[in-house]
Amino acid sequence: MGLIDNINKLFDHRIRLGIMSILMVNEEVDFNRLKELLEVTDGNLASHTKTLEKAEYIRIEKSFIGKKPNTRYSATKLGKLSFKKHIQALEHIIKNQT
Amino acid sequence: MESKKYLEDISQIKDMMNRSSRFISLSGLSGILAGLYAITGAAVAYFYLIPQREAPLTVHSWNFKMIVGILLTVAVLSSVTAYLLSAKKAKKNNEKVWDETTRRLLVNFLVPLLTGGIYILIKLNSQHYGLTASLMLIFYGLALVNASKYTIGKVRYLGYLQIALGLVCAAFPGYGFWFWVLGFGLLHIIYGSLIYFKEEKQ
Repeated sequence: MGLIDNINKLFDHRIRLGIMSILMVNEEVDFNRLKELLEVTDGNLASHTKTLEKAEYIRIEKSFIGKKPNTRYSATKLGKLSFKKHIQALEHIIKNQT
Repeated sequence: MESKKYLEDISQIKDMMNRSSRFISLSGLSGILAGLYAITGAAVAYFYLIPQREAPLTVHSWNFKMIVGILLTVAVLSSVTAYLLSAKKAKKNNEKVWDETTRRLLVNFLVPLLTGGIYILIKLNSQHYGLTASLMLIFYGLALVNASKYTIGKVRYLGYLQIALGLVCAAFPGYGFWFWVLGFGLLHIIYGSLIYFKEEKQ
C-alpha cells in the first residue's frame, strides 16, 4: 500500500518517540529535563539520543555551566520532517482500520 | 492488534507534547477572567477616579494613587487566577506545577514585562503620562511573544495584536484609556473564549 512504508522504524520505540515529541514543541531541551519527562535512566536515555543523532534527526550540544557538564538537544529539520511523516502514517493506518 | 499499538503511540506523542509545553492550556478561562478584571478596573477608574479636563491628573494626587492601585490589583488577580487554574489542571493531569518549562516561561515573560513596568514608572515620575497605555500594551505584547516559545498555542498572536494596538495607540494621544480597555479587556476575553471553546470541544 505504501502507507506502511512511512512508518519509521526509528520512531517505533517508546523512548525515541517521546524524545522526538518533546523536541517537536521545544526549541531546546537539556538532558535532565528529558530524563524527568520520560522517566528513564541516564544510560537508557543516552543510548536512544545517540541513535537519533546518528540518523541526524537530533542535534546534541555539550557545554559546561560552571563546572557541571550540560547537554542540550534539539530536533533537526530532517528529524522534524521525518517525525511529521511518521505521525501522518500512524493516523492513516488508524483511520483506515476502523 | 497493530493499530492498537499505533493508537497508543499517537496518544503518547500528544501526552509528551502537552507535558513538555503544557502551559498554553491554562489560558482559556484565565484569559476571560483577566479580561473581565481589566474591564471592571477600568470602569471603576472611569466613573470614580478620572478627573475632568480642568483638573489634570498628577503623580502625587489621591486619584493617581488609586489608579495605580487598581492596575496592581488587576495584575495580581489575573496572575493568581492563572496560577490557580493551571495548578488545578496540573493536578488533574498528574503533572508538576513548577518545573523547567514553567520556570522558563515565567522568566521569558517577566523580563520584557518588568523592563516595561520600570520604564513606565520612571517616565511617570518625570510627568510623562501620555504614552503609558501605549507602552503597557507594547511591553505586554512583547512579553507574550517572548513567552510563546514555550507554548504550542496561539499566545504569540495575542502578543502581536497587543503590540499592534500599542503602536496604533501611540498615534492617537488622548485615547490611551480606550486602547487599554480594548487590549487588556476585550482582546483577553475574545482570545480566552476562543481557546476555552476549543478546549471544551476536545
